Amino acid sequence: MITFMNNSDSEEEPCNERTSLMSAESPPVPSYQDGLQASEAREAQAHRKRRTASSRSPNNTADGDLSDLGVPVRESALENEEEELTLKYGAKHVIMLFVPVTLCMIVVVATIKSVRFYTEKNGQLIYTPFSEDTPSVGQRLLNSVLNTIIMISVIVVMTVFLVLLYKYRCYKFIHGWLILSSLMLLFLFTYIYLGEVLKTYNVAMDYPTLFLVIWNFGAVGMICIHWKGPLQLQQAYLIMISALMALVFIKYLPEWSAWVILGAISIYDLMAVLCPKGPLRMLVETAQERNEPIFPALIYSSAMIWTVGMAKPDTTARRPSHQTWDAAEDGRENHRSPSHADSQISETRSPVPTHLIASVEEEESKGRGVKLGLGDFIFYSVLVGKAAATASGDWNTTLACFVAILIGLCLTLLLLAVFKKALPALPISITFGLVFYFSTDNLVRPFMDTLASHQLYI
Amino acid sequence: MGAAVFFGCAGIAFGPALALFLLTVAAEPLRVIVLVAGAFFWLVSLLLASLIWFVSVHLSDREDAKLQYGLLVFGAAVSVLLQEAFRFAYFKLLKKADEGLAMISEDGRSPISLRQMAYVSGLSFGIISGVFSVINILADSIGPGIVGIHGDSPYYFITSAFLTMALVLLHTFWGVIFFDACERRRYWCLGLVVASHLLASGLTFLNPWYEASLIPIFILTLLTGLWAFLTAGGSFRNVLKCLSCEQEDASRVMLYSALQVPFED
Repeated sequence: MITFMNNSDSEEEPCNERTSLMSAESPPVPSYQDGLQASEAREAQAHRKRRTASSRSPNNTADGDLSDLGVPVRESALENEEEELTLKYGAKHVIMLFVPVTLCMIVVVATIKSVRFYTEKNGQLIYTPFSEDTPSVGQRLLNSVLNTIIMISVIVVMTVFLVLLYKYRCYKFIHGWLILSSLMLLFLFTYIYLGEVLKTYNVAMDYPTLFLVIWNFGAVGMICIHWKGPLQLQQAYLIMISALMALVFIKYLPEWSAWVILGAISIYDLMAVLCPKGPLRMLVETAQERNEPIFPALIYSSAMIWTVGMAKPDTTARRPSHQTWDAAEDGRENHRSPSHADSQISETRSPVPTHLIASVEEEESKGRGVKLGLGDFIFYSVLVGKAAATASGDWNTTLACFVAILIGLCLTLLLLAVFKKALPALPISITFGLVFYFSTDNLVRPFMDTLASHQLYI
Repeated sequence: MGAAVFFGCAGIAFGPALALFLLTVAAEPLRVIVLVAGAFFWLVSLLLASLIWFVSVHLSDREDAKLQYGLLVFGAAVSVLLQEAFRFAYFKLLKKADEGLAMISEDGRSPISLRQMAYVSGLSFGIISGVFSVINILADSIGPGIVGIHGDSPYYFITSAFLTMALVLLHTFWGVIFFDACERRRYWCLGLVVASHLLASGLTFLNPWYEASLIPIFILTLLTGLWAFLTAGGSFRNVLKCLSCEQEDASRVMLYSALQVPFED
């Protein structure tokens, strides 16, 4: 979800979130193309909504003026300036998202290509119980579809549960869950990852050093993510945990199921955000009514300037809403990897909406930040990682998927600038990514290989 | 073999591209977006060309080697034509975007000029085309192996790297010339660009006779570079001025009159 918020927060939750884009408190920017009536009507609606939601936003002076008048009377100079501001920062926002998404993908692809562990098949998650080892194609397809249905229904149930928790203000529950899941990611999964990397490069590390490294990494990560820390360190941690989560998915989702799940999740995202009774939309509206930051959950923040005196109630802001479920209890995986026989692999997932939040800072500051939910990172990286893992050692497929995802992200941000309402961010990128994956793997690869064998260039 | 060949060939193939990217594109967000979108357009053109080739191969006799080679030539030609067609489509899109940006900006001028977009789009086509041509070869060069053990040329890697570098530069120059030609409606220029692309691709068919393919391609690159330089407004005098680091004299005087009616654009 892309939302424009007036106070950004560093509170994050280690959970994936569904994606949807929404602008809650963006300044009124009329489209220069539409007729004035249509845009005015739209702005009036958005204004009324914003007025109720952001009565104390210090930043939206335009909002304030207009709400006093009660009628969306607009100065064209103000509009133009704000529109130019939005679009001037629009390109910068796109780049501020390109860079972390690219970094996450690079980490995932580098790991997949070098560490053998993440491409070995060692059992499946409890959420995808049907195996794909069947000989017939039809059976395999059926199994993957069933796996997808189970996974998506789990996600739907979790999202609804989350919305209910948020609606009934069970903040402590959510907070505790959040801390638990980020603990798991930062310590356990990092330990496994580090172990595998050391194994791959045949580097010996003694336990005291290992303990020191993991402890420092995890503790600093917890502080950065849940409390305060330098912005870039926080960003780096969020990228790393997204990459870790994506690697877990790449390892444990069977092939065909992974692709069907990616497709299904985009469709679910589309519906959850755009349908009137969609859980994510209700979540967003509830948060707007309460004038709270929408999901200070696991969100990547790329704020350009942080101002010191951000008026933000401490306790209310830390309202991470996410859910984790312990795959450990119900996750008796079929063939657990022998190296982790003693560790319970608890999976932390949260179908909390992933969103982009552009935080509108105080009136003195000039910068605007953009926030992107980590579920986006995770699913983009899953797509590119799967392409790297399964595309017959071909780099062209990986690169094609990478470009497709970036273009999807760009288009999604463009749509956000045009529509200024809640929009899902996964569908376009994932669709492009899937199309490019299958077509590059089956059509382009033989063509380029044949050309390369004759050393022909096109 | 190994890391030396990998880094050397990667440096040869992508050195100019990387330098151009870092120095001219990386700092401006809008140019980066134009770059990525250009790569997307090239990919779509490649997809269509591969589809055509794939269909033609499947409809034909697989055993006939000459026919397959002929189909490959046909596929390459179709790919070149489609690339140029998509370059034209990208030009149309960028023109529209330029107008849109100009309309919403404060002073009526868009933050990026069409010429800059021409250069960046050419660079993007070059980078993605070069990457797609050579990345698998580079990946193979890290690992163990012997080049040309079955009688092929042992200079495969280095010549591929040089060809890729030429291709990247050629695409950049073609981008500049193409957009300028479309802008000024000089269709003979367009035809020349397409013809030179076909020529460059055709010359690679002479591999592994590298004297006949590499040298003409580099000559073509130099000539196209000169042409692009002249198209972009360069001249011998400009080069001299740039090299002598002269300051532009501020000999203009601004007049302001409060009684003037503002300009209507």
